[in-house]
Amino acid sequence: MTYSEVVEVKGFVGNFDVTIRRKPRYIDETKCTGCGECIEKCLAFAPNEWELGLGKRRAVYKPFAQGVPNVPVIDPEVCGHFTTGLCSVCSKICQADAIDYDQKDEFITEKFGVIIMATGFDQLDTSVYGEYGGGRFKDVITGLHLERMLEPSGPTGGHVIRPSNYKPAKRVVFIQCVGSRDEAKGMPYCSRICCMYTAKHAILLKDHVPDSQSYIFYIDIRTAGKNYEEFYKKAQREAGAIYIRGRVSKIYEKGDQLIVRGADTLIGEQIEVEADLVVLAAAAVPRGGAKELAKMLNIPCDDYGFFSEAHPKLQPVESVTKGIYVAGSCQFPKDVPDSVAMAGAATIKACSILSHDELTIDPKVAYVDPEVCSGCLNCIAVCPFDAIVAEVVNGKQVASIVQSLCHGCGNCASACRTKAANVRGFSDDQIYAQISAPFSPREEKSVEGAR
Amino acid sequence: MFSGKACEELNMRVGYYPGCSLESTAKEFDLSFRAICKGYGIDLVDIPDWNCCGASPAHQLNEELAFALPYRNLLKAEEGNVKTVVSPCPACYSHLLNTHNKVVERQVLGDRLTEMVGGSYQKSVVSKHLVDFLFRDIGVERIHESVKSPLQGLRVACYYGCLTRLPGVDIDDAENPTMMDAISSALGAEPLEWSHKTECCGASLSITRTDIGLRLANEILEAAQGVKADCIAVVCPLCQSNLDMRQADVAKKYGRLYNLPLIYLTQLIGLALGMGSEDLGLDKLVVDPLPVLRTKGVL
Amino acid sequence: MKVLGKQENVHEFRDEILALCGEDTSNCVQCGKCTASCPIAPEMDLQPSQVLRHVQINSRKPVLQCSTIWLCASCETCSSRCPEGIEIATVMDTLRKLAVEEGLATGQEQIVAFNEIFLDSIKRHGRVFELGLVMRFNMASRQPLKDAHLGPVMLGKRKLSLLAHNIREKATVREIFRKSRRFFLGDKTGEAAD
Repeated sequence: MTYSEVVEVKGFVGNFDVTIRRKPRYIDETKCTGCGECIEKCLAFAPNEWELGLGKRRAVYKPFAQGVPNVPVIDPEVCGHFTTGLCSVCSKICQADAIDYDQKDEFITEKFGVIIMATGFDQLDTSVYGEYGGGRFKDVITGLHLERMLEPSGPTGGHVIRPSNYKPAKRVVFIQCVGSRDEAKGMPYCSRICCMYTAKHAILLKDHVPDSQSYIFYIDIRTAGKNYEEFYKKAQREAGAIYIRGRVSKIYEKGDQLIVRGADTLIGEQIEVEADLVVLAAAAVPRGGAKELAKMLNIPCDDYGFFSEAHPKLQPVESVTKGIYVAGSCQFPKDVPDSVAMAGAATIKACSILSHDELTIDPKVAYVDPEVCSGCLNCIAVCPFDAIVAEVVNGKQVASIVQSLCHGCGNCASACRTKAANVRGFSDDQIYAQISAPFSPREEKSVEGAR
Repeated sequence: MFSGKACEELNMRVGYYPGCSLESTAKEFDLSFRAICKGYGIDLVDIPDWNCCGASPAHQLNEELAFALPYRNLLKAEEGNVKTVVSPCPACYSHLLNTHNKVVERQVLGDRLTEMVGGSYQKSVVSKHLVDFLFRDIGVERIHESVKSPLQGLRVACYYGCLTRLPGVDIDDAENPTMMDAISSALGAEPLEWSHKTECCGASLSITRTDIGLRLANEILEAAQGVKADCIAVVCPLCQSNLDMRQADVAKKYGRLYNLPLIYLTQLIGLALGMGSEDLGLDKLVVDPLPVLRTKGVL
Repeated sequence: MKVLGKQENVHEFRDEILALCGEDTSNCVQCGKCTASCPIAPEMDLQPSQVLRHVQINSRKPVLQCSTIWLCASCETCSSRCPEGIEIATVMDTLRKLAVEEGLATGQEQIVAFNEIFLDSIKRHGRVFELGLVMRFNMASRQPLKDAHLGPVMLGKRKLSLLAHNIREKATVREIFRKSRRFFLGDKTGEAAD
């Protein structure tokens, strides 16, 4: 389901009730043939988000060439029909009569057995770095902008140019770790993917612009992976990239040049590079709205918004909440092979849930004795996994554990005032018995007797 | 006094800590600041019998001295019954602020300073740097409304120096500050975007390593000239003297002619408010500002 | 060549700086942004990041004898840009005091001399007597005519006083000088400064 978003999730593993909002395309998918006539004739323009503002799109547009389904969408904030009521060019042009201005939001609730989170990452907004221009310099771009420029079907037709004057970019400075490994202004973590993609950019740049020269400012080169070290060497030996060890302190304009002032800590000197274009390797951050999504699904995430895995070593693709899995950079930035591996693992684990009618779980879960339970429901408030519900048993309201969600943490047991809630194998009585055992008097048996 | 109701509202009594430079090499900074305060009806109360804040040498050589010298000034401010103290010199301001903050943070330090200086500081003084005072306490709006002769067409490169980076300074953006630029706009001038707004000029080494001071001054002057500035607006007595008094030495060493006047922001404000050039000490600037001011019709 | 691993506590210098000024140099990953930001790096013998490196590996003498700590202008550009939030300019200040304390301040002796003459002026008058300062420095550094060409300009514009100005309570200032210790070490029970 494309052009849709999840707005509510209820239930638990095997029985999720998910409400989805299908946003109106204003185009009937069943009729549209994907011919693209409407796009060609549309009169309204907007900055192209896919091209990161490097190019423009129309009000009726396909987000990117490979989008599925091959049906455009109308942006009501820019479209003349919605803003002024005066334009209906696309509707008149469309031979399939697929334009439908009256479409509305559609809400669907469906049952799902499992959920896999694969919401990916965004780039940090590098304009927080005033020393790098604060977003004011046109020729200071990010790696993703360069990707679009290198793309033959991109906004510059595959030409790497200076956005300020459209001249070819020959001397390109790459700055690693912009916003990464930064406790003061950015993210303290390493974004993992940038060393490799910057080496890739240097190699592709040399391909596209044979007389170009790359200068790459780095702190450490982290190209650990199969053939990755060799790739890094290729960037230096074949593409001629110069790697300079040291962060950049400032970028400023001098005439129509950019001056990049950094350091080479290996020779112990300040270095200045005159550049046509500067490419910042911006930190990878969770996709916008990740924290809110985590709350909606009741899965934990870390301070930055990356979804938490159940165990950092042994359960990397499962979230803490049963039935919800995580794959790819929404858990932490990673590259394509790792994302694919994670996706495969998450899928197979999800399938193993779906392929059974019953779920096998850890026996160390909590239970509530309905006879003893007073119905205060204090346990529900303290359960971190939302694994307790209120039920009516024999006319009395009591708490009941949803075993498939329970992790056996014991919060309910300690919060329970009547000792109705306990964890199997760890009831209060059992614990007291374990404590008493070493202190109880017992008869000394002979060694042979013990054997 | 100015006419206009915007100005009549200001009824401020503010402590004033000029610092050693404003009594000598930066006399025009003192003159122009006093002049505009008088114009706005601000009662500037000099800190009685103030001493040198210690500048760089104190904190470089002796930690207790570096606190004790400003501490005495804070005591004197309380004695003179002032709550707010404005220091045009960023270094003086930074030392007063830092001493106050550290004393508030650590009782142990306060006790030691009391023992050294005598008299117990009640932690009541609020230190303000000049740009903050102009921008917020006098207010950009008020400045704009009281302009009599707008500095039309005057291309100003606002030079903040290292002010924005001093710990505890409240200025909009340490890397690309805009408060001086906003004030310049309010005066009708044309503030310029340029690369060396906050670059250090090396003035603290101006006497001991003149070569470094000249190199850094050259870079700043070159950058200002590069954006075709008519003048550079400054708010620090040391920056001003390094870039102004030594401009001829820079020209000689690097073979460049700049002719860029270094005008205190307070002097620019005074000009726009219609004050006389002598009252503002324009004649005390080494690189003569009068030619460019006349060309632009400001004078 | 520096040899590590003998009897020494390799963290000794780091601990000392931490105790004196509260800055933990082990947080430095040697990214070089301070070196890149420093306006005076081109003239320094050790780069700012190298100074921190020496502290990290307990290399004391090279740091106390370098020119870097004296050429540092306390512009705080390094501190404001350090990704680990280390106040490098504060570390420089502490190193200066240690160098002088131990008689190892050989990096830029004329700057130490200037500082001492400056402070002496405050001690005598309560404020700096600029003309006196320049003249005494010129004598001490054996450059009697240095900047002489600026004298007439400044005097002519009445920006330089020929006489020192004494504050009324200069005796108090003198007392302050007498009592002040190079490092503030907290209370008498030896509590370290933060």
